[in-house]
Amino acid sequence: MKDDYAVIGRSVPKLDARLKVTGQALYAGDMKFPNMLFGKILRSPHAHARILKIDTSEAERLHGVKAVITHKDVPPKKYGVSPARRDENIFCIDKVRHVGDKVAAVAAIDEETVYRALKLIKVDYEELPAVFDPIEAMAEGAPLIHDDFPHNINVEVHQSFGNVKEAFDRAFHVRTDTFLGHRTYHSPLEPHVSIAFWEGDKVTVYATTQKAHYLQVDLARQFDLPLGKVRVVCPFIGGGFGGKAAAMGLDFAAVALSRLTGRPVKMFYDRDEMFTHNRGRHRQIMELTTGVDRDGKILGIHANFIMDGGAYTGNGIATAYYSGALLPVSYEFDNFKYDMFRVYTNLPGSASQRGHGAVHPKYALESQLEMIARDLGIDSLEIRLRNRRKPNTVTVNELGVNSCELETCIETARKISNWNEKKGKLPRGRGIGVASGGFVSGAGYPIYRTNLPHSVALIRVNEDGSAATLYTGAVDIGQGSNTVLCQMAAEAMGFRHEDITVVSADTERSTLDFGAYSSRQTLMSGWAVKKAGEMVKEKLLEMASKMMNVEPEVLECKGSEVFVKNNPTIREPFGKIAREYFVKNGILMGQGSYTPPKLGGDYKGAAVGTSPAYSFSAQIVELKIDEETGEIDVKGVWDVHDSGTVINPALVHGQSHGGIYMGLGEAIWEEVKFDENGRILNPNLAEYRMPTALDVPMMDSLAVEGFEPAGPWGAKEVGEGASVPTEGAVANAILDATGVLMDTLPFSYEKVWHALRKKEKAADKE
Amino acid sequence: MMEGIEHTTSGDKRYAIQLIVNGDSYDIVVKANALLVNVLRDQLNFTGTKKGCELGDCGSCTVLLNGKPVNSCMVLAVEADGCEITTVEGLAHNDELDTIQQAFIDHAAVQCGFCTPGMIMSAKALLNDNPHPTEQEVREAIAGNLCRCTGYVHIINAVLAASNKDKKGV
Repeated sequence: MKDDYAVIGRSVPKLDARLKVTGQALYAGDMKFPNMLFGKILRSPHAHARILKIDTSEAERLHGVKAVITHKDVPPKKYGVSPARRDENIFCIDKVRHVGDKVAAVAAIDEETVYRALKLIKVDYEELPAVFDPIEAMAEGAPLIHDDFPHNINVEVHQSFGNVKEAFDRAFHVRTDTFLGHRTYHSPLEPHVSIAFWEGDKVTVYATTQKAHYLQVDLARQFDLPLGKVRVVCPFIGGGFGGKAAAMGLDFAAVALSRLTGRPVKMFYDRDEMFTHNRGRHRQIMELTTGVDRDGKILGIHANFIMDGGAYTGNGIATAYYSGALLPVSYEFDNFKYDMFRVYTNLPGSASQRGHGAVHPKYALESQLEMIARDLGIDSLEIRLRNRRKPNTVTVNELGVNSCELETCIETARKISNWNEKKGKLPRGRGIGVASGGFVSGAGYPIYRTNLPHSVALIRVNEDGSAATLYTGAVDIGQGSNTVLCQMAAEAMGFRHEDITVVSADTERSTLDFGAYSSRQTLMSGWAVKKAGEMVKEKLLEMASKMMNVEPEVLECKGSEVFVKNNPTIREPFGKIAREYFVKNGILMGQGSYTPPKLGGDYKGAAVGTSPAYSFSAQIVELKIDEETGEIDVKGVWDVHDSGTVINPALVHGQSHGGIYMGLGEAIWEEVKFDENGRILNPNLAEYRMPTALDVPMMDSLAVEGFEPAGPWGAKEVGEGASVPTEGAVANAILDATGVLMDTLPFSYEKVWHALRKKEKAADKE
Repeated sequence: MMEGIEHTTSGDKRYAIQLIVNGDSYDIVVKANALLVNVLRDQLNFTGTKKGCELGDCGSCTVLLNGKPVNSCMVLAVEADGCEITTVEGLAHNDELDTIQQAFIDHAAVQCGFCTPGMIMSAKALLNDNPHPTEQEVREAIAGNLCRCTGYVHIINAVLAASNKDKKGV
């Protein structure tokens, strides 16, 4: 069946590749507007302090400064993703809650003046006791960060399915381990930028966002504007990974400063600010208890987590639920309990990062499962095969899974990594480890309560049928959604993909789409595009039937040619028919929209984790440990992914490689560190150690053939899912090499060294 | 270098310099502390050169300075006076892309594209010096260019392919 596709399944080069290799692609930071000002946010030097007085007069007097604003100059209402947890102001009003919190902003004629002006703003603070650890923050008498959240508890989740206690009682083996997941940041190469300008009562914002629509909604709400008076445009986006997934201080400040000055204002974060304003992966303490039967079959899991939420909630409300909700996706078990406290601390807020919520908990589960396999003497792959999810099943927390090729993923990974030749047979210091993954192909419910469709697409054919434009609100942040959606439009219309232009990610000039998060666009935007394309085709074939004197049912259209199915020699060019349609009926257009069906259970928090479809994967990591230094040399990574039908193989592999890359970075080298006053110690790309080309090996990625009935042409996600198994696979490879369970991320050389020494000492004692 | 001119109000010294960018010469006046990357981007509009950190850590701003790859955020514009600079805009000959640029397209080496110009410039410097590098040599040459999207896999494949293409031609 796949052979019948004209363009689906082909590695079409990215539509924007030429613009990007020649330097023509304009990112927000490259954009200039006449009369444009530059803006920056004044950051708090304290982790927790009362603001007594802000004196902006000296900054205002500096030559070239056009505006200095504080909370007094902007709407005072709080913003945030969850209506119950709107806890953030554009600028702090009474107090600052982390180092780098937003205090004021300046707009001036150039960057240099902006930096000078920031230094001239005088703020009197009264320092307050601060708390940086979630457990200390929950303790009696801890400083309160938000008055309306006692014990600094931001969210608590208590979900119970089946009966874990009963499951543990009858289990052959029960293990409890505590793991520590660390704080990591997305660190896209492109820093955040937001450029705003007003035309009368309407504001346009060029923003580095993954979610044009949500930013539009947030700005409209904050400034009391109808949606139609806010236009958000995404230029080329230099990577997001979840960090560009919520409205940020600079978006609001740009709009406010632009309104005040009547000029375009470009706000930008430098790399240091990227760290202080970041909303990365939560640091979390993960106590996990798993009970299995004699054969290693999981009977029940109790996840008991404490997450460091930092000073604000943002998307962290979803992370809190995802962290538990996705644990039952790749393995089948009938009893599950999830207890979680997300706690405020005086550190920058934590929120969504690639593999949203799933990554650290998955590492904990995969490490523990490996220990259980060792305890019971079961092979690592075998225990995963025994517990693997099967197609057309429902998880214990009521997530419906359709297609699932996890078994094939594991077996294929075994083959391509030469697992059987390596496991248990590698020389000293070498190890091999495995983990599985699974992730949503789009969130089943929107971030705010609305009955709007999740994705809408419009295709317009030009007057002579030689070109078509696909309008989609999907945001191409580098993953290649424009290319994939173009392929889908071409396939559905029967049109040449080379003749389609994509207009995307502009709330005014494209269409509604919820954007690039929860790995949703291939499936959800894809459905909308498919329907739009099919509508064009239907109209075209109707016209063709009149022109060719045959019934429309006997006609087919492919590659911009209309032909009779059982006699393809009778054919007419798409353009000729489309032109006639235009003359007779006006614009040849098609539209489509997608809303997921009702998904999930009725319990509190049931919406998070739902998705029309789930991807699955198996990853194997081989590495070498220098037993004297603890140094880790990753020798190979094999990733086998079930993304359903692959629309563009090269792009799918690119996502796999990128996911593994990020996973390896987070597993071994990356960690945001703070001093005792809550200041980031490593707010730069030298000391926040993202892997270089010398740190990571070639990665083998393979996509298994699958078909997802809930996805367009059978497709589902790859982007976020690819980073879900990596930390666990690395931990298990270290375990294999050293016999030491790595219970604290990241597995730095130092930690590995200490673990090895500890093991030596223990052996000496014996 | 010309004598610096004291600016009357700010006290910053200005210098008249000449930059030869992609073969064309530009006579400009810059502040003493102006970074080459900012002069290229803001004054001369070569925005293909990206800015990811301004600390010499990420390599997004890599350009060739007299043929050598440099982080243009680590070079003062006055230091580049009289130098030949190649930016990503200077690689294609009219409509014909450089072999490396074409290989990046063909091998899906571009995702978000923000590291791409710097990455291509480092690869260009490598292939100029060493037309047929090994994989390890490619890794070393681009080790100063961070990429957050690709895991470097397709990038390395593209550079190796570009070098092999060259081999066939010989």
